[in-house]
Amino acid sequence: MKKFIKTLGLLVGLVSTSAFSAGGGHLPYTVDIDLTDKASLQNGAKTFMNYCLGCHQMQYQRYERTFNDLGIPLDLGLEHLVFTKGTKIGEHIKNAMPADDAKKWFGATPPDLTLEARLRGPDWIYSYLKSFYVDPSRPFNVNNTVFKDVGMPHVLQELQGVPTKQEVFEERLIDGEMKRISLGEQIVVDGSGELSEDEYDVVVRDLTNFMVYIGEPMILERESMGWKAMLYSFIFFVFAVLLKKEYWRDIKK
Amino acid sequence: MFKNLVEWIDARIPMTRTYEMHMSKYPAPKNMNFWYVFGFLATIVLVNQLVTGIWLTMSYEPSAAGAFASVEYIMRDVEYGWVIRYMHSTGASAFFVVVYLHMFRGLMYGSYQKPRELLWLFGMFIYLALMAEAFMGYLLPWGQMSYWGAQVIIGLFGTIPVIGEDLALWIRGDYVVSGATLNRFFALHVIALPLVIVILVFLHIVALHEVGSNNPDGVDVKRPKGTVADEDKTKFEFHEYYTSKKDLLDDVVPFFPHMVLKDLMAFGVFLFIFTYIMFFNPDFYGKFIEHPNFEPANNLKTPEHVFPVWYFTPFYAILKAVPDPFGGMVTMFASIILLALIPWIDRGKVRSWRYRCGLHKVNLIIFAMVFIVLGYLGATPATPFKETMAKLFTIAYFMFFVALWLYSKNEKTKPLPERITK
Repeated sequence: MKKFIKTLGLLVGLVSTSAFSAGGGHLPYTVDIDLTDKASLQNGAKTFMNYCLGCHQMQYQRYERTFNDLGIPLDLGLEHLVFTKGTKIGEHIKNAMPADDAKKWFGATPPDLTLEARLRGPDWIYSYLKSFYVDPSRPFNVNNTVFKDVGMPHVLQELQGVPTKQEVFEERLIDGEMKRISLGEQIVVDGSGELSEDEYDVVVRDLTNFMVYIGEPMILERESMGWKAMLYSFIFFVFAVLLKKEYWRDIKK
Repeated sequence: MFKNLVEWIDARIPMTRTYEMHMSKYPAPKNMNFWYVFGFLATIVLVNQLVTGIWLTMSYEPSAAGAFASVEYIMRDVEYGWVIRYMHSTGASAFFVVVYLHMFRGLMYGSYQKPRELLWLFGMFIYLALMAEAFMGYLLPWGQMSYWGAQVIIGLFGTIPVIGEDLALWIRGDYVVSGATLNRFFALHVIALPLVIVILVFLHIVALHEVGSNNPDGVDVKRPKGTVADEDKTKFEFHEYYTSKKDLLDDVVPFFPHMVLKDLMAFGVFLFIFTYIMFFNPDFYGKFIEHPNFEPANNLKTPEHVFPVWYFTPFYAILKAVPDPFGGMVTMFASIILLALIPWIDRGKVRSWRYRCGLHKVNLIIFAMVFIVLGYLGATPATPFKETMAKLFTIAYFMFFVALWLYSKNEKTKPLPERITK
């Protein structure tokens, strides 16, 4: 038994080392997701419906499910968050943009975003939305450090302001002398947006939170069921051990 | 009333006899340790896959246009559809985990040696059918990794000289992986291969019960009739099918309930881990469900890296280690065929590694490690260093069999115990 556990531990260790080391490239930011924060999810939904849905659908998810899960009364949701005329509450989150035209306008059809958070992860989405910068060589005058030469314009620019990529310096005290140290190229915002930098971070974080929810709307239910299932397995195990002991009591080793 | 019913049935079909022969009066060595639970667990996982598979089929749509959306429909709109799907996707990986451990147990205790060669061969056929089953099942969600994984693996057949291209075309039913491929894979995944696997599992168990279970000491618990003193005979009553030809030592217990209770303990532990993964980490760091598979299949856009699911990656690494594609495929198949032939490659007479030479233990442990390292190499982007390592470890994989064949002929073994030990 001890040997078995040792061997198994060794195998699991080796396998999980390979699993973790397979992680992807480096992202400038990480984000904390909280799916129990309904206000954040509602704010994310608002941002998505207003700024993203024009081009990006969430065609596998329904409005009704979303509003119910986020605690938005259905009539209010239908009035303030559903913009396509004649949409019923039970329908999928779609827009009216023809895919072929979209391809002509942007060079690529804007992808469906239902599963974007599962495809790329929350950190990627958060970083991507904070990594646009002015690049006059691109059709929409912007580029992105996380997704190079992306076809998407900086839709949230009116909130963030105009972001430019420039070398940033900092004064530091080194060996008793103040020196100007380069911190490398960073994205700097000019302050012309409706929001401050912190407020913009909150909007982007809430949007990311919402997209994580949409990617797997049952996460909270899944985890609460998981605790019960694991507790059940444990109780099952205890009874199996007791019963086994009872039956094996008289058997000589 | 109940007794009458049983008698009525038993007069027409051997219900009680079968139950006694294979459950309550089947002798199992009492020293079977925890390595012996994985056969039971594999059966449980097989049942899980069959049952959840039936329910998934009720809502899945096998067409290129509808497959991806129908999986999301199952995840979002079908009542508890996500539970069933995660049971199935986690079960697929769990199946290979328990099967790999089950196979390693067989290697450790020489469970493939005479007279269990056919038992081992049936096991290898199950393993092959399982790989085909898993490969075809992975195409069904119709995500990017489903699509390109299938494209790459079917493309392998195209490397066979002369008939290759036609064969690949015949398998796909199209010039690229398409809806035609999806539909035939669906048919094979839900009907043909499960049927083959269930029949093979049946034969595997029939073969096991005919020759009897091995044990960690690898010494026989059945002796020729009349060679065992009465006080050394088992106190349990076993089926006369086993006691009429041989004397059973006091080293065996009935499979039911004694062994089944051991298995159920293991099942509790297994279920704990299984439910943790399925409810808290269902894509398991992108290993059980690869992240590119959350994007629908697109035949114009190749993903940056195409990797098979983790349980295929050791063989994928062997495949890629050979520069010539056809040579790679031959090497890959050879790596599986050699494993199937191990009852004849191993010329030793002592079964368990407990009583075999030290070299055998080292050889087996290195073999297991080589397999894991190959799995890692096959699952990560290639670098020149890793390519060299893949070549070395492929050679190491085959050296296991060469070494085993050489040292097993005149092996210096330890004396076997008269009876099983603890």
